Amino acid sequence: MLSIVEKDFGTPAPRPARLWKNVGMRSGGDVDVAAKLVTLTIDGREISVSEGTSVMRAAALNDINIPKLCATETLDAFGSCRLCLVQIDGVRGYPASCTTPVAPGMKVTTQNAKLAELRLGVMELYISDHPLDCLTCPANGHCELQDMAGAVGLREVRYGYDGDNHVYAKQGGEANPRFVAKDESNPYFTFDPSKCIVCSRCVRACDEQQGTLALTIQGRGFDSKVSASQAEDFLDSECVSCGACVQACPTATLSEKSLISMGQAEHSITTTCAYCGVGCSFRAEMKGEEVVRMVPNKDGHANHGHSCVKGRFAIGYATHTDRIYKPMIRAKITDPWREVSWEEAIGYAASEFKRIQAKYGRDSIGGITSSRCTNEETYLVQKLVRAGFGNNNVDTCARVCHSPTGYGLKQTLGESAGTQNFDSVMQADVIMVIGANPTDGHPVFASQMKRRLREGAKLIVADPRRIDLVRTPHIEAQQHLKLRPGTNVALINSLAHVIVTEGLVKEDFVRERCEIESFDKWRHFVGDALHSPEAMEAVTGVPAAQVRAAARLYATGGNGAIYYGLGVTEHSQGSTMVMGIANLAMATGNIGREGVGVNPLRGQNNVQGSCDMGSFPHEFPGYRHVSDNAARDLLENAWGVNLLNEPGLRIPNMFEAALDGEFLGLYIEGEDIAQSDPNTQHVTAALTAMECIIVQDLFLNESAKFAHVFLPGSSFLEKDGTFTNAERRISPVRKVMKPKSGYADWEITQLLSNAMGYPMHYTHPSEIMDEIAALTPTFTGVSFARLDELGSIQWPCNEQHPEGTPTMHIDEFVRGKGRFMVTEYVPTSEKVNAKFPLILTTGRILSQYNVGAQTRRTENVTWHSEDRLELHPSDAETRGIKDGDWCGIASRAGETVLRASVTERVQPGVVYTTFHFPESGANVITTDNSDWATNCPEYKVTAVEVTRVSQPSEWQKRYREFSERQQELLEARDAADAR
Amino acid sequence: MNASPDHLVQMVNDIAGFFDAEPDHDAAIAGIENHLRKFWDPRMRRKLIAHLQGGVAEIAPSARAAIARL
Ligand code: SF4
Ligand code: SF4
Ligand code: SF4
Ligand code: FES
Repeated sequence: MLSIVEKDFGTPAPRPARLWKNVGMRSGGDVDVAAKLVTLTIDGREISVSEGTSVMRAAALNDINIPKLCATETLDAFGSCRLCLVQIDGVRGYPASCTTPVAPGMKVTTQNAKLAELRLGVMELYISDHPLDCLTCPANGHCELQDMAGAVGLREVRYGYDGDNHVYAKQGGEANPRFVAKDESNPYFTFDPSKCIVCSRCVRACDEQQGTLALTIQGRGFDSKVSASQAEDFLDSECVSCGACVQACPTATLSEKSLISMGQAEHSITTTCAYCGVGCSFRAEMKGEEVVRMVPNKDGHANHGHSCVKGRFAIGYATHTDRIYKPMIRAKITDPWREVSWEEAIGYAASEFKRIQAKYGRDSIGGITSSRCTNEETYLVQKLVRAGFGNNNVDTCARVCHSPTGYGLKQTLGESAGTQNFDSVMQADVIMVIGANPTDGHPVFASQMKRRLREGAKLIVADPRRIDLVRTPHIEAQQHLKLRPGTNVALINSLAHVIVTEGLVKEDFVRERCEIESFDKWRHFVGDALHSPEAMEAVTGVPAAQVRAAARLYATGGNGAIYYGLGVTEHSQGSTMVMGIANLAMATGNIGREGVGVNPLRGQNNVQGSCDMGSFPHEFPGYRHVSDNAARDLLENAWGVNLLNEPGLRIPNMFEAALDGEFLGLYIEGEDIAQSDPNTQHVTAALTAMECIIVQDLFLNESAKFAHVFLPGSSFLEKDGTFTNAERRISPVRKVMKPKSGYADWEITQLLSNAMGYPMHYTHPSEIMDEIAALTPTFTGVSFARLDELGSIQWPCNEQHPEGTPTMHIDEFVRGKGRFMVTEYVPTSEKVNAKFPLILTTGRILSQYNVGAQTRRTENVTWHSEDRLELHPSDAETRGIKDGDWCGIASRAGETVLRASVTERVQPGVVYTTFHFPESGANVITTDNSDWATNCPEYKVTAVEVTRVSQPSEWQKRYREFSERQQELLEARDAADAR
Repeated sequence: MNASPDHLVQMVNDIAGFFDAEPDHDAAIAGIENHLRKFWDPRMRRKLIAHLQGGVAEIAPSARAAIARL
């Protein structure tokens, strides 16, 4: 079922117009403006639309609605149902309007007696094999089949229901062989074949939109039916539960379970997914204050009507019983929690922070902002720290994921952000994916990338593991550079070596756009035979011929676009690698237009935004260093306080300072550092050493187990604000229900600030955005009103770019000339030896999100209920480990136990796991090695040994005891309440 | 497992590891100095300086020169 508020124009807008315009597209109608216009007549009305538009779409754009069933706007026209027939002067027969493109001077008739008769015939056939239980059907109210029966005026069905059908379980007292029972295996939607009209919209949605190809039409004619993979049920099939087929289905055959249980929504509010950096736009379809369904927004600029299982379905956490709605305090972490009023909680928190500052100094407290919260909330927390606490001890979880991106891109290109929009991939000819797993991490963008790859773009994957993208239906990577973890820089240098020594440099681009001195230095450096693929083969493990082929393909294959993820940043040389990538793009001229660029795939929904908003201890909002006098003057005037000109502590430095007894108070908004940060035992020691930890979150998360004040936060459904996705796109987040704890997160920060003696008086997040716009040069054109107008805005948005900037660095780099950096490969100090012979690398999967606090509390656990350790069959065999066995993983930092998954996805010598479940303790084993420039932890390389074991690790036992104790202390709160 | 100055030494050596690729030795030192000023909390810089004055540490020559300029 489509959204209750969207109009379906039947066929997609012609592609060029859709691609080249990026902002300001609010409805399907505006999209067509750019291209060449064609004028025709439909039902006597003269109509102009862009070339390539279908007759159906041209009519619909002008509110002439031709009946249709198999056509829908997100899919290419198929022309199977024959309901959309029209008459065209001078054309024989009755062409289908969905598959007929407009032509100049064409005269179309959409309604006459003959067309009515033909349509009636079609409908009659459909309805004769369809149940008539409309009144009790979940689609009732928005069923396209019902609508079409109404539109064509169907009044009777002459064929009766006794013959062959797919509708009834029994036929003449016998079991009906054609009947297939309802499939309810997927936790979020059902498949009821008795209602299927075999329009194939679901099959096409799975192919074209999602690119999974899980559905097929089996059989022919009357026998044909839809089935998932090899007639399996949905859950066991290839289906990844993206929901595209469910949206596309015109009947109740595929229906959300929430729709079945709650009934039709009555209003819809457009908002943005709070899970990943793709930032999909959704329509929250509501019944009062309850969400019936989340439907991807067809006009969403990042997702164009597509979604993944997380944003589409996994929102149950927002109302999960684990959520805490009342503030709580306790003096010691061994005390039971005490539920208190907001006044008391805030008062206690502020008095503790003031006490700590009085005793240990101004710099002894700080705050951590969250990439899950809105820009406005993040901005407020950093403002509280800088202006209210009077220091620069503010950091964000981006520290542990993409801080090297900020550093590396700023050094080379001049701006700490990706260079393109997502749609740019549709112009790419060669796509290089480095250390990223888009199908799991950025599923909706991966679907778009796969679409481009199916159209023939070439693919290079550089990853130690065989990620799904390497081979999927109709896609096979030209090169999979299966490098050893930790050798990224060696690989990028040898790619550069090939480009430099084989004369593949785009000399004119470099001469015009880049600092020539830095280029010469770099050319000399990478040109050295030391960096040749042959010399580096022993280090990277990648055959030299493959490296040469990949470099040639990237440099000469047309538009070359690089997409990278945490496999690049989470290394001791993360920043170096980011610079190496930028070098490569500049040297080949692959930057500054559509189809190319350097594209970090950001993890969490608002990683980009939290960095933009000044969450780093050395930078004010807009990436201005705290020592920048002009910026500091501006902020000091606006905020009415003096600001420090020296950088504050980063997260790992805060932990060290805590252990030194110099840092004792921490305000953590929406983050779970106890689970997400490396070397858990070190982190917990530091947290235990602090005197007041304030955690603001939905749940009593791992960090909250060490907290003294718990402030119940709000979910993204409960507040207004904005998120900024991986393409710098600022999208609105809209409140669809009241905050369940009474306050939205920005209000809580404001209460704390006021109690700390630094007054804030915002009445709505839009005022916070206005302040951001007034103080940040790249945001001057951004406001809530503008966002409502344009739908979304890619920063920089200012006088020069009033509608935002889809592609950056077009005529010149933000820093002026591009700067090449010399990127020496320095092997990590984390080395394998006899004791720790394997390399552990970490990652994530589709159905779970980061530390999993949200997704673990949804039905998504159906797909992933535990973290597993992947290891290669040969490594498993030498250790006597079989699939499913418990195995102990020990590193220099610690030890944990996980179940084994034996697979050839990983190479021999490398093991892999995810870290979505706290009890897995994946971060107990990761070390505190980090990126040299940003201290981003080296999650991707840890030397380990794996052994078969029969019991949990010591850490896991201690973890379990501690967690149980903390759970008791939480429950003791309830007991106190009851008394 | 504690906040030993050794970790700071390791960090500054890692930083030197990047800038030492710079052929111009003085530029390398300036790069390290600039990095420490821009990204390190003054407390960390002070602690590192005190540590170096206190005794021997295995530290890259360029890093030592950069710290002397702080
Ligand atoms: S939910 Fe998505 S992946 Fe699954 S069958 Fe439908 S379209 Fe395909
Ligand atoms: S399940 Fe729905 S979309 Fe798929 S063929 Fe049947 S009616 Fe059409
Ligand atoms: S999790 Fe990411 S890809 Fe999935 S719906 Fe949300 S923003 Fe889109
Ligand atoms: S809508 Fe055109 S043939 Fe089905």
